[in-house]
Amino acid sequence: MDFIMEKEMITTDILIIGAGPTGLFAVFEAGLLKLKCHIIDALAQPGGQCTELYPKKPIYDIPGFPEVLAGDLVTNLMKQIEPFQPGFTLGERAETIEKLEDGSFIVTTSKGTKHHAKIVAIAGGLGSFEPRKPAIDGLEKYEDKGLAYMIKDPEVYRDKKVVIAGGGDSALDWSIFLADVASEVTLVHRREEFRGALDSVEKVEELVQADKIRLITPAEILDVNGNGKVETVLLQHNDEAKRMEVIECDAFIPLFGLAPKLGPIGDWGLEIEKNAIKVDNTLDYQTNIPGIYAIGDVNTYPGKLKLILCGFHEATLMCQSAYQRIFPDKRYVMKYTTVGGIDGFDGSRKEAEKSIVKKIGNKQNV
Amino acid sequence: MSDIKITIIDREGKRHEVDAPTDMNMNLMEVCKAYELPVQAVCGGMAMCATCQCYIISDHDLGERNDDEQAMLWEASFVKDNSRLGCQVPITEDLEGLVVELAPEE
Repeated sequence: MDFIMEKEMITTDILIIGAGPTGLFAVFEAGLLKLKCHIIDALAQPGGQCTELYPKKPIYDIPGFPEVLAGDLVTNLMKQIEPFQPGFTLGERAETIEKLEDGSFIVTTSKGTKHHAKIVAIAGGLGSFEPRKPAIDGLEKYEDKGLAYMIKDPEVYRDKKVVIAGGGDSALDWSIFLADVASEVTLVHRREEFRGALDSVEKVEELVQADKIRLITPAEILDVNGNGKVETVLLQHNDEAKRMEVIECDAFIPLFGLAPKLGPIGDWGLEIEKNAIKVDNTLDYQTNIPGIYAIGDVNTYPGKLKLILCGFHEATLMCQSAYQRIFPDKRYVMKYTTVGGIDGFDGSRKEAEKSIVKKIGNKQNV
Repeated sequence: MSDIKITIIDREGKRHEVDAPTDMNMNLMEVCKAYELPVQAVCGGMAMCATCQCYIISDHDLGERNDDEQAMLWEASFVKDNSRLGCQVPITEDLEGLVVELAPEE
């Protein structure tokens, strides 16, 4: 018998598209208003550009942080929003949007996951990061059948033979990680030089010496073969002999970096100007479609600056407007966290320590 | 204050002759952005995205690519011998009359 289980729909108050710093901070501001958030991101991990492009680079203009590594900023934000229990749909791209009669939205991802939300906040940065794919004919038919362009769950590769291609941080870092998980790791790069953090390069060197990683450089994967799944890859050594080699493997993971594309959001009927979504910056960063907001690098308005700190501000005002939209009859006054504390959806509470009122006795002169 | 003239050929083949200041610590990518030419500059100038890749058409000597630039260009598409990342090319007086063409978008 053949039947497909309909995946249960995810419901939330604010659906945030993009798990970069702006999207993450929106969860915090929404949480203060007791609004629940769910985040969709095309990447396998939260953080957006900060974790994907430059996790080990410093940022100097986050207020209150004289210097913070991009990766640490994301770790901090994740910790800050933890009490508000955001949901995540990672490794899936927001594909289509449908506005229902009651004004709410259904957003469906590239993998068919459906999300129902009262408000949609697009915090998509420069768009979804699409992996650069190697130019190999017929590669698509192996996608998700041993071929992956990003690693979502490393456990999939336990005791498997894995070939990784690429010369940047992600190729290095995953080779290191999988050296302990997979039964065989082969790292292939077009050049002899790698570009990554020094400690990653040194660690790979160590693992190569210890025979935990087989390093083949300079070389290129020219073809992938197998019956319905990846079984072998064809490698060409870029030495003078141009020797060919067939490598048996269960998985081929080319990690050639990512290129951002605005993608399907561009077809949602939003007003677009120079690859960015036009919003009302006089009020709440709402787009031309009521109930859909755009915050952070993805939006544009007169005087727009693509800075993380501006994204934080936009996220905050967006949440206030979203609250008004969801509860048009409720009166609300902004409360300082120092005064009101933070009540997490997980039952946790954080608050300022109360000062005590107590008489301090004088020194007794007997 | 000293400006140089450089010519940027966009992806439609249109030539833009622009003034580029040499005293503002600018690079070629930033000049393109300043004139609203279609350069995305996703990474903002860290030599990490190649969206500012361009081809050097005139015979100016820009020196060797730096390590970051070189590594990025190994991974990017449409790379030719005269490819450079605009964000790694500082605007100096030596570049008077430079002609560059924007590389296709990936």
